[in-house]
Amino acid sequence: MDNDKLVIAGHEFQSRFILGSGKYSLNLIEAAVRDAGAQIITLAVRRANTKEHESIMDYIPEGVTLLPNTSGARNADEAVRIARLARELGCGDFVKIEIMRDTKYLLPDNEETIKATQILADEGFIVMPYMYPDLNVARDLVNAGAATIMPLASPIGSNKGLAAKEFIQILINEIDLPIIVDAGIGRPSQACEAMEMGAAAIMANTALATAGDLPLMASAFRQAIEAGRKAYISGLGRVLVRGAAASDPLTGFLRD
Amino acid sequence: MTNDFFIDSKKLSAKALERKHQIENDASCRTNHMEYMPGMERIDSDILDNVIDTMNDYDYDRYTAGDVEAALGHEVCTIEDLKALLSPAAEPYLERMAAKARIETRKHFGNTVYIFTPLYIANYCDNYCVYCGFNCYNQINRMKLSLEQIEHEMKIIADTGMEEILILTGESREKSNVEYIGEACKLARKYFRMVGLEVYPLNSDEYKYLHECGADYVTVFQETYDADKYETLHLLGHKRVWPYRFESQERALMGGMRGVAFAALLGLSDFRRDALASALHVHYLQRKYPHAEMSLSCPRLRPIINNEKINPLDVHEKQLCQIICAYRIFLPYVGITVSSRESAQFRDGIVKIAATKVSAGVSTGIGDHESKYTGGERSEAEGDEQFEIDDDRSFDMMYRDMEKEGLQPVLNDYIYI
Repeated sequence: MDNDKLVIAGHEFQSRFILGSGKYSLNLIEAAVRDAGAQIITLAVRRANTKEHESIMDYIPEGVTLLPNTSGARNADEAVRIARLARELGCGDFVKIEIMRDTKYLLPDNEETIKATQILADEGFIVMPYMYPDLNVARDLVNAGAATIMPLASPIGSNKGLAAKEFIQILINEIDLPIIVDAGIGRPSQACEAMEMGAAAIMANTALATAGDLPLMASAFRQAIEAGRKAYISGLGRVLVRGAAASDPLTGFLRD
Repeated sequence: MTNDFFIDSKKLSAKALERKHQIENDASCRTNHMEYMPGMERIDSDILDNVIDTMNDYDYDRYTAGDVEAALGHEVCTIEDLKALLSPAAEPYLERMAAKARIETRKHFGNTVYIFTPLYIANYCDNYCVYCGFNCYNQINRMKLSLEQIEHEMKIIADTGMEEILILTGESREKSNVEYIGEACKLARKYFRMVGLEVYPLNSDEYKYLHECGADYVTVFQETYDADKYETLHLLGHKRVWPYRFESQERALMGGMRGVAFAALLGLSDFRRDALASALHVHYLQRKYPHAEMSLSCPRLRPIINNEKINPLDVHEKQLCQIICAYRIFLPYVGITVSSRESAQFRDGIVKIAATKVSAGVSTGIGDHESKYTGGERSEAEGDEQFEIDDDRSFDMMYRDMEKEGLQPVLNDYIYI
């Protein structure tokens, strides 16, 4: 387990919890780093692009990797421009692509996401695209130069857990890049389940931001993610789908 | 229960008074409020019919406690549910509506609350809207800021730390033309991250121009969705054309604006029907323009200069809260703005339930930020206010108060690209 690291484009991380950017506050970032062990924190460029008052960049502790996102972008072109702005602001080369053409559900636009991934990967960004879990799109993103694939588990902010479980499992099975489950994870148990399935990491925000006791919930997420990861590495045992296994073998009648 | 809106200024000439009384008292002297004036763009849209047909069918006395219970139990709020939540039958359920609204708000917005300020740059107006302090018959100090004065005001506001500004004018195309507003937007881009506009309705190509000048959000209040009532309140000027005003948000989106805001001025007409229509206006436009950001304001009538008696009639704080909760439950994703027309106490309470945006450091007058922000002498060269505000908290005080309420103030969530 000690050597079990999350590797994104050659960068190694001990933690498999990534803090999303939706609802930020100093308390949330502190809890995410101290209690959930987060080493990557998402930064919404549109909020970071702020004057002297409260800027999320002031909150980011040293040693934590910033993951600027392109929220607010409605197409590939806007996402590319926001990513370049993030680089100019000194946010480094990581970028999470978020492209939404829908303000109601905030569902990602897969087609535009592929285009933006191609452009930004060519410019040397470490591209982490947020996407609707579709195997064909995931393969296109791999070919476009993505560093990870970030499928949504359920609608953002919904805390509905792994609504897209079967499709995320297919991505885990078929894609060689880290699959980071993003959006919709509302409870530690859901994070644990995604990790058991073989997800490489979990991104969450609302689940922590709206918790009654933030530090306690942060540590619960850390333990859940670690437990799920251990279960995955150890290899899950026999899981019975329904009923009991027959004690007498069905094939006992066969002669040698 | 009605407001007495008509006030005669002693400064009006006999001829002007005669004309005023004529249009007030004789509907046949007034223009057809459903007819577009020359130059007003027509667009192909079915949204108006969808909204108004549903509003016209709304018989809110038909809804029962059972309908309200069902609405509160549904995960997705339907239009029927919204009608139940806006009905008198929902009034005893206010606490449960607030609890549900708060859950939706927290899911979509977390603990954040946005702070902005309006900047009125001119108060000349060609319209006679009987309830408005800027109306052309109301004797007030009129003023239009020069570009230098606008920049001066913006600097003062920006120095407080504010990052979002809403530029407003009275509705006079002649005095405050599109180029003038465009120049104000360009200046605002220098000092603010987010520039919104609340000016007279424009054609889509004009919205496109103002977007290129730096504006990204357009607010137009429909005032009332009851076209017949509207006709009796908006007696003169281009604002009289009700359908052109209704289609403003759509034209703004066609012009490339990122977001649009809506409101009925509560207290003008039947507030339940107006609230329903406002929510449906957002709902149908969102379905047609899913990428657009939408927000709702919830203004109530306020007293104006020369008419202290104007009030929101039957829309008391409980009714206002009911409307805002119903908006939130039906439209979980939209921003909800509660302006300084409301008291500090109401605003502090409602941001914990459903509102996501408040103004601070507000002046609805012209060119008076320096005297208001620094406590200095009021200058003669200031324009009078559109209405009286209630909550006069400064930006700093609002910021601190929101933090005290356990909320995270956000100054900017925008990127102009």
